[in-house]
Amino acid sequence: MPTPSFDAIIIGGGVNGLACAGRLAQAGQKVLVLDAADTPGGGALTAEFAPGYRVDGLAHLVTHLDARMLAALKPEGHGLEWAVGSMATTALSSDGGHLTLNGAYGENVQGLDEDEAQRWAALRGRLLRHTEILRPLREITPPLPGKGGGKGNLLALGRAGLNLRRLGREDMQEFLRMILINVHDVVQEDLTDDRLRGLLAFDATLGTFLGPRSPNSLFLLWHRLSGDAGRIRWPRGGMGALASALAEAVRAAGAELRCAARVDRVLSDGDRATGVRLESGEEIAARCVISTANPRTTFLDLLGARQVETGLVRRLNNIRMRGTAAKLHLALKGAPDFRGADLRHRLVIAPSSDTVENAFNHIKYGEFSPAPVMEITCPTAHDSGFAPDGHHVLSIVAQYAPYSLRGGWEAGRDALQAAILKQLEAHAPGIGELVTAVELLTPADIAARHGLVGGSWHQGDLAVEQMLFMRPAVGIARYATPMPGLWLAGAGSHPGGGISGTAGWNAANEILGAA
Amino acid sequence: MNDLRHHFRTPLMRSPFHPRVEAANVLNAWAPWAGVTTALNFGDVAMEHSSIRNSASLYDISPMIKYAIEGPGAAAYLDRLTLRRASALPVGAVQYTSWCNDAGHVLDDGTLFRLGEDRFRLCCQERHLPWLQDSAIGFDVSIRDETEAIAGLSLQGPTSFSVLSAAGGADLASLKPFRLAEMHLGPAGPVMVSRTGFTGDLGYEIWTTPDRALDLWDHLMAAGTPHRLRPVGTEALNIARIEAGFIIANMDFICAEQVLRPDRARQPDEIGLGWMVDLDKGAFNGRNAIRAAREGGMLHWALVGLDIEGNVPAEGAELYLDGKKAVGQVTAAVWSPTTKRNLALAQIRRPWHRDAGDRLRAEIYALRELQYHKLMLRARIARRPFFNPPRRRATPPGMF
Ligand SMILES: Cc1cc2nc3c(=O)[nH]c(=O)nc-3n(C[C@H](O)[C@H](O)[C@H](O)COP(=O)(O)OP(=O)(O)OC[C@H]3O[C@@H](n4cnc5c(N)ncnc54)[C@H](O)[C@@H]3O)c2cc1C
Repeated sequence: MPTPSFDAIIIGGGVNGLACAGRLAQAGQKVLVLDAADTPGGGALTAEFAPGYRVDGLAHLVTHLDARMLAALKPEGHGLEWAVGSMATTALSSDGGHLTLNGAYGENVQGLDEDEAQRWAALRGRLLRHTEILRPLREITPPLPGKGGGKGNLLALGRAGLNLRRLGREDMQEFLRMILINVHDVVQEDLTDDRLRGLLAFDATLGTFLGPRSPNSLFLLWHRLSGDAGRIRWPRGGMGALASALAEAVRAAGAELRCAARVDRVLSDGDRATGVRLESGEEIAARCVISTANPRTTFLDLLGARQVETGLVRRLNNIRMRGTAAKLHLALKGAPDFRGADLRHRLVIAPSSDTVENAFNHIKYGEFSPAPVMEITCPTAHDSGFAPDGHHVLSIVAQYAPYSLRGGWEAGRDALQAAILKQLEAHAPGIGELVTAVELLTPADIAARHGLVGGSWHQGDLAVEQMLFMRPAVGIARYATPMPGLWLAGAGSHPGGGISGTAGWNAANEILGAA
Repeated sequence: MNDLRHHFRTPLMRSPFHPRVEAANVLNAWAPWAGVTTALNFGDVAMEHSSIRNSASLYDISPMIKYAIEGPGAAAYLDRLTLRRASALPVGAVQYTSWCNDAGHVLDDGTLFRLGEDRFRLCCQERHLPWLQDSAIGFDVSIRDETEAIAGLSLQGPTSFSVLSAAGGADLASLKPFRLAEMHLGPAGPVMVSRTGFTGDLGYEIWTTPDRALDLWDHLMAAGTPHRLRPVGTEALNIARIEAGFIIANMDFICAEQVLRPDRARQPDEIGLGWMVDLDKGAFNGRNAIRAAREGGMLHWALVGLDIEGNVPAEGAELYLDGKKAVGQVTAAVWSPTTKRNLALAQIRRPWHRDAGDRLRAEIYALRELQYHKLMLRARIARRPFFNPPRRRATPPGMF
């Protein structure tokens, strides 16, 4: 290997890779980002799926974007604009009696009677207070049990502790009760409106292998709210525009970005990582290699199982990565009518908590749900450039669909598409007539396209037992790995996935010794 | 009886040699070994041990756990699994080796036979299939438990070469220690012979298939009787192995996978196997941790041989420094008829494995007519092996 000309090579230019690159470059490191795709952004992309129709190719809403990253990299200076700074959510009802949550996670709600509105205000307040306990933990390297970690980490732990103390006795007891409880029980206890119950059940389980009745599903609602306190945003030009603004900001910070450059090997001299080899055969040396690819892929395929000790191989193979979400992209020759719902809202079809649970049941047996629950966005309601005039596109995340379908996706994909369309037809009669093009991405397609192993949203299921010092696995949870010079910085690491950059930023802090 | 639902009727399996072992086991002294019933002695431990050192002995090693490790990636796999450089082992040679988990704690020790370029056999005390298979991810290799497919006899002692020659073993004279050869032993048919053993003496291990096991036993006994060959049990073997300074998993150290108390796991350096560790061969299980422990001075224990005054075996004795400070335990002990010394193996806290001088005492409770006598006997660290005769290595071996 020649003398390294880079301090750091980052595998993957998704939001985590960009965040990590930006932080390191701003700290004066010489950084190279390598991405297999033709454009940076990873899961944040906007692409044409039918002639003249564009859509967010995977992620389609922003709920977790790291505030430290935004403040430091200032992507607004490189073209980032928010088309929607706070998107409302409409819980659709097939009889047109919709429920609309405005502001940050339903600050006010249209469609509830007064009593239920009060119950909701109480529950929402409690959820947000409890989220504040966890939020400081997002931005630190997971502490090992019994050990403190760096100074910044201690401060964050202190903040979390303080927020816990501030709760007061009753609220604290309630917090402890909530940790392992399931979201279904909570909405049954605290609410009466099925639409609202269904929405919370849906949001808690979105992107996870959990149903509302699965233990600790409430924890994941906290996780969702811990991003932006429930605020939902959407960038002008779509997720791809967010990605390019971030990429420009990272370039401006001094990092180099290369796309269409797939890494097929992390090189090591046996004692430390020394660089990477590209699919083309080109070798590039660096003082450290940072991977935002899936942790299992990173060790077993890129570094190679031979370089990994057996105990870690076992733990890597035991990380549960089970995608449950499919994506459907629809090109429509006219505006769909969800019985009067505002197309600028996030539209959710999850009429009750039981509907979500029923939809979940199937995936346990390798089947997709015949009545899937889903989240719909309509970019054309906000922005031009996504479809010809008067035409529309919908971006739909539908649950639950397994990574490996019993009988195979070849045979099953048409049926899944039909199931989603049937559900849509029930809520937007006539929508079928409007459809001019369809793109369905099963979890298997998503895995193949984006390297999300198993189609897993978070590169490793998000669940209490795969969090903090157990994420992605014991021994590699603090971004450093047993191979000196090799670091993890992707969604598989703490605090998990989403269009956020937090894992990448945390990893960079750890690498800089600034944590 | 082949109905697996009836396992409770025969909780222990029988060795392929069982009919002969049973006939000779006059005191019905049985003990389980790896799920197989085996003989502790054949009536006279002293004579059995004497045959190991003065004539020849036959010991059934069939229960030993055996793994077939085969495939183009076998050598590379074993390099990463074990502490030593298995790829450097020539075809037809045997290596004493050991392997560790990620924390550098010893999982087991054993012998590795290289049967072909891509074919190995690993023999050991405990079962490890899941570990071996998980370690195989990323290598072109297959691993199979072949314990029950192979029967083995250990033929040990000064006249073992004579016995095996009389049994028809050809080309035996040139077979060096830690080498193996295929040969044909008359009515016992084709066998594999390795010049290996657990006695520290001249000796061989003979490997066959279970269906020919009894033929092998009968043939060897017939050929060996003029050379004073006799079957021996585990008790006699245990005396010999202590004299030779050999350790046994779960007796002299606890296998890391079975450890309950976290401070009981041991690194190779802590049980006298540090010499095996090849830090220069590339990645292998435990490498980081072993290196870190060495560099960070984090090794706490050592395994030593002890020479103890008197003739009361120090089994299970606690070791004291200056009669006060507990610094270790005896893991195996025997009054050695061969060396006429009171020997022991012990784990001892560092640095007393080096610096104890004359300060160690073994605390022995000797039962004398229903009363314990507490003895504090002077113990001196002694080099292993305690007994290491030149005949063990002589090639060609002597015709005793
Ligand atoms: C159906 C679905 C819908 C989702 N919707 C949302 C949503 O609305 N909002 C949200 O916040 N999150 C959403 N997510 C989750 C989100 O997409 C991911 O968690 C997020 O993209 C993870 O970011 P990342 O930077 O860690 O990895 P990625 O975005 O996956 O980026 C990793 C990058 O690494 C590159 N790469 C991988 N291997 C190599 C290699 N060997 N060499 C070179 N480059 C490589 C890839 O090309 C990719 O660009 C969704 C996920 C799914 C499955």
